[in-house]
Amino acid sequence: MTATAPDMHLLIIEDDRESADYLVKAFREVGHIADLAGDGEEGLSLAQSGDYDVLVVDRMLPKRDGLSLIGALREKGNHTPVLILSALGQVDDRIKGLRAGGDDYLPKPYSFAELLARVEVLSRRHGGPAEETTYRVGDLELDRLSHRVARGKDELTLQPREFRLLEYLMKHAGQVVTRTMLLENVWDYHFDPQTNVIDVHISRLRSKIDKGFERPLLHTIRGAGYMIRDGIR
Amino acid sequence: MTAFGKLVRTTAFRLTLVYLFLFALFAASLLGYFAWNTRRMITEQISTTVNAETGELSEIFGRRGLRGLVFNIENRALRPSANLYLLTTPNGQAIAGNVGSLAPGVMGTTGWSETAYRRLDDQDNTDHRALVHVTQLSSGFRLLIGRDLEERRRLFGIVAKAAQWSILVVVVLGIGGGIFVARRVLRRIDAMTGTTQRIMAGDLSGRLPVGRSGDELDRLAGNLNAMLERIEALMTGLKEVSDNIAHDLKTPLTRLRNRAEEALAKSATEAEYRAALERTIEESDGLIRTFNALLMIARAESGQARGNMDDFDAAEVANGIHELYEPLAEDDGMSLRVKTAPVPVHGNRELIGQALANLVENAIKYGKPVSPPQGAVVSMDAKQILIEVRRDGDQVLLSVTDHGPGIPAADRKHAVERFVRLEASRTQPGSGLGLSLASAVATLHGGELRLSDAGPGLTATLAIPALQGAGDRLAVQTQDVPQKVA
Repeated sequence: MTATAPDMHLLIIEDDRESADYLVKAFREVGHIADLAGDGEEGLSLAQSGDYDVLVVDRMLPKRDGLSLIGALREKGNHTPVLILSALGQVDDRIKGLRAGGDDYLPKPYSFAELLARVEVLSRRHGGPAEETTYRVGDLELDRLSHRVARGKDELTLQPREFRLLEYLMKHAGQVVTRTMLLENVWDYHFDPQTNVIDVHISRLRSKIDKGFERPLLHTIRGAGYMIRDGIR
Repeated sequence: MTAFGKLVRTTAFRLTLVYLFLFALFAASLLGYFAWNTRRMITEQISTTVNAETGELSEIFGRRGLRGLVFNIENRALRPSANLYLLTTPNGQAIAGNVGSLAPGVMGTTGWSETAYRRLDDQDNTDHRALVHVTQLSSGFRLLIGRDLEERRRLFGIVAKAAQWSILVVVVLGIGGGIFVARRVLRRIDAMTGTTQRIMAGDLSGRLPVGRSGDELDRLAGNLNAMLERIEALMTGLKEVSDNIAHDLKTPLTRLRNRAEEALAKSATEAEYRAALERTIEESDGLIRTFNALLMIARAESGQARGNMDDFDAAEVANGIHELYEPLAEDDGMSLRVKTAPVPVHGNRELIGQALANLVENAIKYGKPVSPPQGAVVSMDAKQILIEVRRDGDQVLLSVTDHGPGIPAADRKHAVERFVRLEASRTQPGSGLGLSLASAVATLHGGELRLSDAGPGLTATLAIPALQGAGDRLAVQTQDVPQKVA
């Protein structure tokens, strides 16, 4: 797995020792530092004292549950991005989690690739620059105001949804974006399609932005999703 | 509890006692009213006759003097069943009439009074009672005219006896009837209790006996039977589902385990291990998907998702799904079209979107036209899948129509059930939960999933109740937007 974002400092609040250890190890392997808290109270005090890029919070915790922990943090003016992990994966649980102050919600069981991609996107949002009006990757340029897309000197014609797809990919250029993230953020659906419907959209977009050019920009990251970036760093 | 104790404690018996008391009270007051009225009537009658006679005799006294009066009184007194007459001198001496003795002081007061008396011709030496009227004539003579009250007393006796008997009959009949009714009810309830105990012991096929009278107990038994019917259907369904879960989850789990075992035993190179692990992850992803779909169906069926409903335009959802699946359909050699008009609905947008997506995925997977005979060309229409949203009366219909082989009418009901994958689809990947979820979503919204023949092909329709009231407002707002046909 390629760690593309700069090293992050994470806090994982999870009471199941085995999955917590697995997460700490997996994050370390891709170059991030992860601290661990085993219950809600410990998690809250660590989150308040440390300077973390992202908090990964399990919803059901001993001593203080995940949602109340987030509520307490937000009340004290701490706006560290929070990703909620939960065995409750239904739409209404999700909405409840986001309303409580979570920034993203990932139902268990999840793949680490999905978790990593989401944490990296959250982290950049936290520390990254304000929303720009023009995104650039290599010689691909997307103007968010005039809705114009050009590669080099060639003007590209995109359907509205293709534009939003590219916009989302370019906003997170250099980061892995998973299929579920695309379905959620571009189409606003949270279900799990049984077909490769997202891949088809990507391949259409790819034929528009990469076809006929020497350097491909839109890459498929095996077992994870997609990434737009200029060449291989 | 003794049998009698049980009987006495029945609702029917207690009700009978209450009715018995009420009825006795009613009978008693009716008789009382009758007696009181009769007594009043008799008294009135007496006073009318006595008054008339007093008038007549006073007139005779005035016209013909004392002699005429005495003569007249003696004459009247001789008639059979005569009234009582007594004429006294100013110093109280009787001079004419048929009264032998009176209670003392009666002659001293004028006007009406009730008194004991004896007739002159009385043999039996007993007192009778009478209602009498005393008039003071001129020159101090006093005239008493009265009527025996024997008649009134007899009448009272009759009424009292009637009251006694009727109350006795009412009580006996009431208690007897109560026991009869209570025993009948008790027998039926006992039969019902027996059946329910058998059912509780596990025999779900048992049914309560339903009589032909259609009374409240029969209706209750009928309803309980309908409930049992539903429970039995649910239990059967549950059993079927768990059998299917066992099959559809155990099969991939077994595959998963076999692969891991095989990899452990046989893999030599890192590449081989990697390939085995990748297949393992793929397999477990499939399992997770199946679990998620099952949970979602359970959620929708239990109505828990009802809290998350709001108003939205069904056409917007259909257009979104069309936009999402159109490239996929095209890659598969099909064409996906959408035909919508703005229709507001109240519901869970996410679930309706997913249900519609499932129908579209099914149409893409299974809706390919049947291979034509050699040489014939499949027309473009046959490859078309149409998503349609329209309002039909008070319902919103979201339908997906393909022109594939369709589903035979006999299989349609079956197709909606969980994990059912019709023979034709066994070879395609899928969990067999798509239509079940769509159906559960429709039910959650108070509607239903309909499968019908598109001749050739299949139309799957989510029919849900339209949002009342808001529809016209939205229609007006978007009046100038022509129907979108993509």
